Amino acid sequence: MKNEMYVEFSSISENESFARVVVGSFITQLDPTMDELTEIKTVVSEAVTNSIIHGYNNEAHHKVSISCTLYEGEIELSIKDNGVGIGNVEEARQPLYTSKPELERSGMGFTIIENFMDTVEVISNPGKGTTVHMTKQLTRSKTVCN
Amino acid sequence: MGLSSNFDIKEDVLIVRLSGELDHHEAEVLRNKWKDMIYKNAVKHVILNLESVTFMDSSGLGVVLGRYKEVLQLGGEMVVCSISPPVKRLFEMSGLFKIIRLEENEEFALVTLGVAS
Repeated sequence: MKNEMYVEFSSISENESFARVVVGSFITQLDPTMDELTEIKTVVSEAVTNSIIHGYNNEAHHKVSISCTLYEGEIELSIKDNGVGIGNVEEARQPLYTSKPELERSGMGFTIIENFMDTVEVISNPGKGTTVHMTKQLTRSKTVCN
Repeated sequence: MGLSSNFDIKEDVLIVRLSGELDHHEAEVLRNKWKDMIYKNAVKHVILNLESVTFMDSSGLGVVLGRYKEVLQLGGEMVVCSISPPVKRLFEMSGLFKIIRLEENEEFALVTLGVAS
């Protein structure tokens, strides 16, 4: 059975933990391992933080949205903002790259996302916004499927 | 959830004990408190005790890296201890153990920095 959810919230840093908890609760019905749950929460945190800091330059009056689909043990996750966008996605995805070193960013956000998810697609249009689309197959469902 | 921080000084070592979730939101608050502790006290080294940290992301790594650079300026060393497997993975992924020493627990970390317990 396919199950979907959509949530939209203000671009304030308080909502980073909210976003993690919402997605974390939604995926528990797939019975993820503790590691998988942590990975998904971390990924949500990274992408939402990117939208707030980079997409919206820390301005609070915008919206970040998350849609999540669960289907046959696979998680499909999209995190979207309508912010400034990324001029060079390839560069942004490099480990340790950050456009805001003055904010003490580690530059590891996308690297962590790529490590924790099976597929990661970054769709960005300068001036229009960024969507990070990701999928991950959970291990327990893998064994069931095989 | 949130994050709470507790600071302690033993000789020239600043001990930073964190508990809760260290994300971008919490990192901003922590940075200022931590910086103050480094500069308002005669400390040289930092022990970061992550025993009760239940969540951390790249923003957390950023604040740790920032303080590492300050400790380096003071000619000191940063030691991290009591780290959970998920946080350890994050440190490994970003190569932080190449510059920040890992010890099992706070007591042992103190000994390695020359502070008798």
